[in-house]
Amino acid sequence: MPITYTSGEQVEVYRFSIPVTIGVPLLALFLQAFIPLRFPRFAVYLDLPLLVTIFFSMARRNPISGLFTGAVIGLAQDMLGHNQIGIYGIAKTVVGYGASSLGVKLDVENAGARFLVTIGFYLVHSAIYFWVAREMVNMTQHWSWLYGSLAALANGVVGTVLYFVLDKFKQRT
Amino acid sequence: MDTFIGRYRNLVILMGVLFLQVLGLAVQVKRGNTDASDTRLIRIWAVDAITPFERGLVWMQNGGGNIWHNYFYLRGVRAENRQLKDQIEQMRLDQVRLSEDAAQARRLQTLLAFKEQFIAKTVAAQVIGTSGSDLSRIVYIDKGEDAGLKRDMAVITSDGIVGKVLQVFPSVSQVLLISDQTSGVGTILEKSRLQGFLKGKPNGQVMLEGVMSDEQVAQGERVLTSGGDQIFPKGLPVGTVTSASIGKELFLNINVKPTADLSKLEEVLVLVEKQERQATAEDNTRVRAADILAQRLPQVPPKPAEPAMGGIASPKANGSSEVKPQTGPATGTAPAKPAVAKPAIVPAGASGRTLSAPTSGPANSGVTSGAAVKAKASASPSKPPNSPPAESDAPAPADDSPPH
Repeated sequence: MPITYTSGEQVEVYRFSIPVTIGVPLLALFLQAFIPLRFPRFAVYLDLPLLVTIFFSMARRNPISGLFTGAVIGLAQDMLGHNQIGIYGIAKTVVGYGASSLGVKLDVENAGARFLVTIGFYLVHSAIYFWVAREMVNMTQHWSWLYGSLAALANGVVGTVLYFVLDKFKQRT
Repeated sequence: MDTFIGRYRNLVILMGVLFLQVLGLAVQVKRGNTDASDTRLIRIWAVDAITPFERGLVWMQNGGGNIWHNYFYLRGVRAENRQLKDQIEQMRLDQVRLSEDAAQARRLQTLLAFKEQFIAKTVAAQVIGTSGSDLSRIVYIDKGEDAGLKRDMAVITSDGIVGKVLQVFPSVSQVLLISDQTSGVGTILEKSRLQGFLKGKPNGQVMLEGVMSDEQVAQGERVLTSGGDQIFPKGLPVGTVTSASIGKELFLNINVKPTADLSKLEEVLVLVEKQERQATAEDNTRVRAADILAQRLPQVPPKPAEPAMGGIASPKANGSSEVKPQTGPATGTAPAKPAVAKPAIVPAGASGRTLSAPTSGPANSGVTSGAAVKAKASASPSKPPNSPPAESDAPAPADDSPPH
């Protein structure tokens, strides 16, 4: 039974087996690259690697582990594209750190909290990506609140469902 | 100092990791790395980790789809087949007209010592994945160095151009789509002959740049490759103009809808070899419309040796209807060859079509108005009545007869 009290001493810290630690992010990257072949709008609205980053970071509740999880997943995502490597890496590093730090302080086991946290981190991720791509790499970027809000909602809904599936792989430390 | 680092250990590590990534980004930006060439070694890890799964899944999907579509779900195939046959017939007639235009163009090009680019060799490839990001519009194909692919090769479909090969790995390649912001294709508008270059927009749409605002660009005008980028051969379809408005800096903002559906790519062709050769006026493939029509029509069987006037040509070779030759005017436009039998037009079954037994030789067949169509006859007085029609079934080789 998940503990909902938010003190640092009482929150549960989870760990994952090595196959899950490697396989789930890999599967997320694979699906992110494959599904747009059949559903072209998928990549526009959903970011599965981000959802996986948030989940692992919140579950482990360790900021260092979270930031490295985000960095590795983000860099791998960069490698699949053709833009400079590091844009997703930076954005997901910050998200991983933030999610794990938040996991220490807040109850993130219930659906409502997870939904809101995912929306928040999606917007943070988009803002960092937008800023890095535009200011550091000089890519042409247009910010759209409408698109950002819709995408955040979509990620929130999918993330909430996904987290409950991934909960099955949690192991208590 | 130790206390500070110990106290803010997490934050320090975060800053360190971010600093390293920013440093890496700065190095890439400083080198002007926009096409991922310097980071090939790193990217290959991710590609090797992901693409085998994609390739496997695409293979399974295709296998399952083929079994379903080729063995179980054949509903409507007969009607579709009939429709496609009609379409082929129409296209073959169009081909005749176009081949004449092409022949004329070749003659002019020869006069001008014009050099043409030909697509000499293509490699078919299956699209197996994407980048997974709407900011990096690339796809992965299942052919790489092993299949002879190299960077900057053009990638097309039957509908139009798709993009160019950006990165080549041993068994996989990365294709930069024309809708990506970093792509650029030399293009020309079909009617107005205005040149510009095609670029992708951040939202994935495609626009034509470099056309001055005092030019007139019509909506719906076709955009073709100009060949100026040295990647795509000239004349390949790119898209159609959807809108044109005055933009910044005296240039028009022209939005283009690509003819190839970039969001649903499955199979593509990579142009692995282009040839540039002098245009020649040789044209050995002229086919006349009458010959094409004649191939589709029931064949008039060979005539018997005796005089044909009023006789009955009875054989059913090639499933053709029974024909009663009668006298009638020849309507073919080909130069007259020695006539063996006088042409005749008779009703052919219930279809309302009429067949003619024209003078001998494939060049003598022609088309009559309305339903009266004259079929080519391969009748030869020396052949027995039941012998099958001979060479007349094949398209006529180049001859002196003018096209219809």
